[in-house]
Amino acid sequence: MRHGKYPFIIGFLAVPVALYATFVVAAYVQTFQLSLTSWSGFGVIKYVGFDNFVKLWEDELFWKSLRHNAYLLFLLPILTIALALVFAFLLNVGGGTKGGVTRGVWGSKFYRVIFFFPQLMALAIVAVIFGRVFSSDKSGMLNGLFPDSWSPWLFLADERWALTCILAVLVWQAVGFYVVLFSAGMGSIGEEIYEAAALDGATRVTLFFRITLPLLWNTIQTGWVYLGIAAFDAFALVNIMTVDRGGPDGATSVLAMMIYRNTFEYSQVGYASALGVVLFFLTLTFAALTLRVTRRDAV
Amino acid sequence: MSEITKSELDRRSLLRRAAAVGLAATPAVGMLSACVGGGAEETANQATGTKSADNPLGIDPKKPVEIVIFDGGLGTKYATDVDTPMYKKKWPESEVKFTATQEVSTIVQPRLNAGDAPDMINNSGAKMMDFGAIVAAGQAQDLSELFAAPSFDIPGKTVAQTLVPGAVEQGSYDGKPFAVNYSYTVFGLWYNATLFEKNGWTVPATWADFTALCDKIKAAGVVPFGYAGSNAAYYMVRALLTSAGKIGTEQVLKDIDNLKPGAWTAPAVLEAAKAWGEIGTKYLEKSFLGLKHTEVQLRQNQDKIAFYPCGSWLENEQAKDTPPGFKYAVAPYPSVTASDKLPATAINAAAGEIYFASSKGKNPRGGMEYLRVMLSKQAALEFTKLTKSLTVVAGASDGIEISPGLNSANDAITKAGKDVFMGYLFDTWYKKLHDESLSAVNDLMFNGGDAQKFCDRMETAAQALAKDSSVKKQTRS
Repeated sequence: MRHGKYPFIIGFLAVPVALYATFVVAAYVQTFQLSLTSWSGFGVIKYVGFDNFVKLWEDELFWKSLRHNAYLLFLLPILTIALALVFAFLLNVGGGTKGGVTRGVWGSKFYRVIFFFPQLMALAIVAVIFGRVFSSDKSGMLNGLFPDSWSPWLFLADERWALTCILAVLVWQAVGFYVVLFSAGMGSIGEEIYEAAALDGATRVTLFFRITLPLLWNTIQTGWVYLGIAAFDAFALVNIMTVDRGGPDGATSVLAMMIYRNTFEYSQVGYASALGVVLFFLTLTFAALTLRVTRRDAV
Repeated sequence: MSEITKSELDRRSLLRRAAAVGLAATPAVGMLSACVGGGAEETANQATGTKSADNPLGIDPKKPVEIVIFDGGLGTKYATDVDTPMYKKKWPESEVKFTATQEVSTIVQPRLNAGDAPDMINNSGAKMMDFGAIVAAGQAQDLSELFAAPSFDIPGKTVAQTLVPGAVEQGSYDGKPFAVNYSYTVFGLWYNATLFEKNGWTVPATWADFTALCDKIKAAGVVPFGYAGSNAAYYMVRALLTSAGKIGTEQVLKDIDNLKPGAWTAPAVLEAAKAWGEIGTKYLEKSFLGLKHTEVQLRQNQDKIAFYPCGSWLENEQAKDTPPGFKYAVAPYPSVTASDKLPATAINAAAGEIYFASSKGKNPRGGMEYLRVMLSKQAALEFTKLTKSLTVVAGASDGIEISPGLNSANDAITKAGKDVFMGYLFDTWYKKLHDESLSAVNDLMFNGGDAQKFCDRMETAAQALAKDSSVKKQTRS
């Protein structure tokens, strides 16, 4: 048996590792390399040292975009996870215990399907639809609901609220998935634990905070990292929904949008790569920090 | 140019993005790996033939030619139903491979870098490639030979001699022509002649007339002026800078293009920004900032908006939404001051829609020959008929009744006489500065009309660009 082990493992690993090395590792190495050049995307590559990073430091839009990413990074996971936990709890445990079986609120099987719908739609379609929802005049869905005498809310055309609109769509889209994820997590929590707690007279709130939350911690932690990474992105929504793509006046610009524009529109691939390098380290730092800060001893 | 697709992601880029996000959220950069390193290698085996009177560009009559056409406001019918058949008639053995796309850079840029370039490319639309960078990288064919070649169907003239003045210069970089700017666009204030006639509104020549008329229009319950801030702010930039050009001649715009210090803070630009800022504050609906060009244009078709700043492609773009009785007409931008250096009739008309032959393609001469076909009088006339857009082929559609909007545009050019000016080029030269102008003009028009802020902001951006050595600079005179 022993002599066949390595060929067996290598046989399984070769293809994925090769793919990963070509399309991820090599791409990253190249990004790092290009970030030190002034390459336009066409023709000859010229090295310029750390010029791109100096330029970046002085670029107001970069700091603005970074703040927007930070805003999403802070609020997207919190809101999504909080909402998803509440919904998942209601779907699974919220109905109380009957005949020794905990159950969700009435109609929870139906809701579970509904919650997952947004996840099934392509992000581009979601963005187009919400573009209509948030339209800045009376033809918009939300503005259409308001009485005629109101002057229309500008939503995406209002610098103060545009990013919040994007956040709302991100949360709307993500919640369904995490409801399902947390539901699965809750399903694996032993029935007898709830039963015992219920016998001790625990209320639903106590059940949630003392039993569900601690036992779900690993799942939540993973969700947090995923959502954080999604918050570093937000490209599709910004690209499709917002005024002037990232506007009005940079009010919704995010790093991914800047990378895209510099690469494909401004022919500044070198600069875009520098942005990519920054994003790479930010993502990495975030993931490491999150996993460290939220680390808990197994319950 | 007119079909703005910037907000639409196609399936491919979406899939790519989905993959990139899964890997680690640095999407665009991940894609770059596909493009690195290309473009430097020399292409071997380019098709050539023997030059003769019948074959002035010396193409190989048997080699296929591959063309890519932007599928936007102009459609692709002119290529598939006019140009290609004309080309095939002349060169029956040369196969024409045709691709239509709305995403020029997505389709073409990787191919340019991979050394597998199509032979003739229509670089247009929101996803157009940075043409200055293509020229700088030596990817565009020098078209001097094309312009010096005899015209396809006008005997005794070279191609260059059959074009409107300035057409060759507009596609020139450092004095060498690299692009054919094929369509000829008249810019101005577009309105519904029927609506104006019905209400007894007359086209204003001075700014005082303009604001007085706007008051009247507003009182009649119609929004006097509108443009779409979400994705068509560049129409507004053009309106503002055309006014600046009329105040202080085209030199103002040349200074802007040449990134001359103080170009954006010049009195003419400030004056124009002030005048337009006031229009924005008084007559523009705030909600237009969130609308797309199609939505605003549709409202004009419904007679809810009176004036719309745009180019002459508008009529064709709106053809399917225009109700019967709606007659497009164009008016030059009114004089801002009494001391404007150009008369009120002066108009901004420019050659647009870049078509270029790729120097690294397999058959660049075939690509040039295709362009020569496009620049024939017959092809130009058919193009105008199909797209309701004039071409740079001088007088190709003279005396032919085509459509109200186009005839109005033709009239405007005639009335302007020698005061037709090309406008500015910085929008194609420096896309980043162009984007800054979009944000700045939206801020000016929708956010209180601070003209000084507009000028200062653009000046800062222009000077930052002038100092950026990674961007290749262009100049014009």
